[in-house]
Amino acid sequence: MNRGFWLALLIALATVALVVAGTLWPNISATGTADAQAKLLGAATSPTGAVNNLLQQIARHNWSSAYATLANKSEFSESDFTRDLTGNYGSLRTYAALDGYDVHPLRASSDEAEIRATLHWASVVGTFDDLRDLHVVRSGDRWQVQWPVVKETRVPPQVIPVNYLRWDVIYRGAEDDWGAQDVEAPHVRIVAMHPVDRAGQVVIMGEILNEDVVPAFVTVKATLLGSNGNAIASEDSFDKISHILLPKQVSPFRIDFRDVRLSQIDSVRMQPFSTLVPASADPVIGIESQTLHPVPDSSLTGQLVNQSGQIVNVAHVIGTFYDHSGQIIWVADEYPSRALLPETPVPFEISVPADVSSKVGSYRVIASTFSSSRFQ
Amino acid sequence: MRFRTPFLFALALLAYSVSAQSPQLHFPQRVEAGAAFSIPTSGSGAATLYIVGPGGALRRKIQLGTSLAFGADDLPNAGHYTAVLVGGSSTQSGQFDVVPSKPGRLSFLAKPSRLPVNRATGISGVVYLFDRFGNLALDPQPVSFDLSDGSGRTQSRTQASRNGVAWVRMDSAVKAGPATFQASVANVREKRIVQQVPGDPCSIRMTARASDQKVVLETDPIRDCSGNAVPDGTIVSFTETYQGSQSTVDVPIKRDVARTELPAHNGAVISVASGIVMGNEIRWNGGL
Repeated sequence: MNRGFWLALLIALATVALVVAGTLWPNISATGTADAQAKLLGAATSPTGAVNNLLQQIARHNWSSAYATLANKSEFSESDFTRDLTGNYGSLRTYAALDGYDVHPLRASSDEAEIRATLHWASVVGTFDDLRDLHVVRSGDRWQVQWPVVKETRVPPQVIPVNYLRWDVIYRGAEDDWGAQDVEAPHVRIVAMHPVDRAGQVVIMGEILNEDVVPAFVTVKATLLGSNGNAIASEDSFDKISHILLPKQVSPFRIDFRDVRLSQIDSVRMQPFSTLVPASADPVIGIESQTLHPVPDSSLTGQLVNQSGQIVNVAHVIGTFYDHSGQIIWVADEYPSRALLPETPVPFEISVPADVSSKVGSYRVIASTFSSSRFQ
Repeated sequence: MRFRTPFLFALALLAYSVSAQSPQLHFPQRVEAGAAFSIPTSGSGAATLYIVGPGGALRRKIQLGTSLAFGADDLPNAGHYTAVLVGGSSTQSGQFDVVPSKPGRLSFLAKPSRLPVNRATGISGVVYLFDRFGNLALDPQPVSFDLSDGSGRTQSRTQASRNGVAWVRMDSAVKAGPATFQASVANVREKRIVQQVPGDPCSIRMTARASDQKVVLETDPIRDCSGNAVPDGTIVSFTETYQGSQSTVDVPIKRDVARTELPAHNGAVISVASGIVMGNEIRWNGGL
């Protein structure tokens, strides 16, 4: 027999051995994989095992099974539990999937334990974390989780009269003469711009103002030019901007250029683009209790309050941070995972890099909204 | 019968080669586009007339010795034409120009369609003069421009066209509202509407009053420096700063005022702004 045969035999045996080992002793580590297709669940014979089981059921959207394992089922209904995880009113949570989780035991005794679970949800606008401190109690030879349910506020049925503003646009028709008048694009202006070198990339930050009396859909294009005048790279603002600007409204923007250094750049060409679009002036969002937290948890927190009667499914919060001289030093954003119900505060937290946090002299926060019934 | 075929080029070559060695047809030197006219012909018998010009060619069977008549609209395109009359063994040729007729249509470009009030030379109007066949009317013509605003005030200018184009710059009015911008040549008119909109707020003044646990903020009617009400929908930003924490809300103006509620904190400083215009500042002391 040749050497190839023995090699093939060795690989086959190793494969069988690994499959058997993986089946008998599945990997249950502190970092969950939240695999919805996973067949194995660990035994709830330990606090960590009970939490892992629960989070695996949640990852599979197996709400009934997850609810059945809880120790404090009597405190809330299964629908309360499901709404806590999936949100309500078509919020970001409704369309998110549990992508993974971290489990960290905080303390444990023979009958109870405290475990901190960080659930990593994946959504269409990126990931968001949901941190829960879980109390786990022994029940016979099993451990059960007491779920700290967050009961979503329900808006009582009511009629809220709204006198809202809206702009509609009629454009020139295709059959009109070339000299016929068309509606003018909104006049927008970049009122601030600051390029910085950060983490191996060039970041262009600034602010754009709609100085017109009509709503505008805006984007900003930045082109980096080298010393010979050639374009090195070109990017559009994408998610770090509020694209719909009402009259006299200002939005920050941030454009990241990967793998480019500021030393390579001679100048930056900025091009604001605007289009006249139908828009509504509502809903009005109050951004209350904005507080900048220093390191180590450098962040900007606050609450969004929907001052209108319309339910906002998804909100986008963008923070602009200035140094003591008024120069923009950072632009960051966050999508709160819950819907904004009328007059119901929803917390938000925008992470701020530690090195930026120490330089912040002032900041400004804006919120843009998406409602399923219409855009903006 | 009129041709618009690939044979046009060949026909033109034929016409030119013949015209160089033939007795001349006596066309008027300049014919107005769309005008009817006639020319005499000599000889006898049947003949075929070819006319080649910009954008087309014309072929017509005629009897020599009679007048060759062209009806209105037979030659609508301005430009240089060559005519060749082929009859039996003889040919006659002639050349003439068709010039644009009097202006019958204006292409009027008024820019911008929307601008703030009180802008000197902020409105531009450009007129292209065409006759009724779409030929650019190159002869100088006096073009009148009139810009009338809602108050009845009218700015008027008259410019002579050059090479078929006339242009003018006008000031936007002090009062906001739609203005009618009209260009006219003789009895041909074209109108455009220019929206004259209020400018930036001139000053913003807000007042505050207590309401439960909130402070109700409301601006006075917001106007620009010409006294025009700033349009509804314009965003006004209220900012409340209290003990290192801040609350903000962007509110659209409704019925000339912006109104909102913020948490009431004694000692809070509340400011108001719209775009790049700052308003007054209030230190909240509970409404006392």
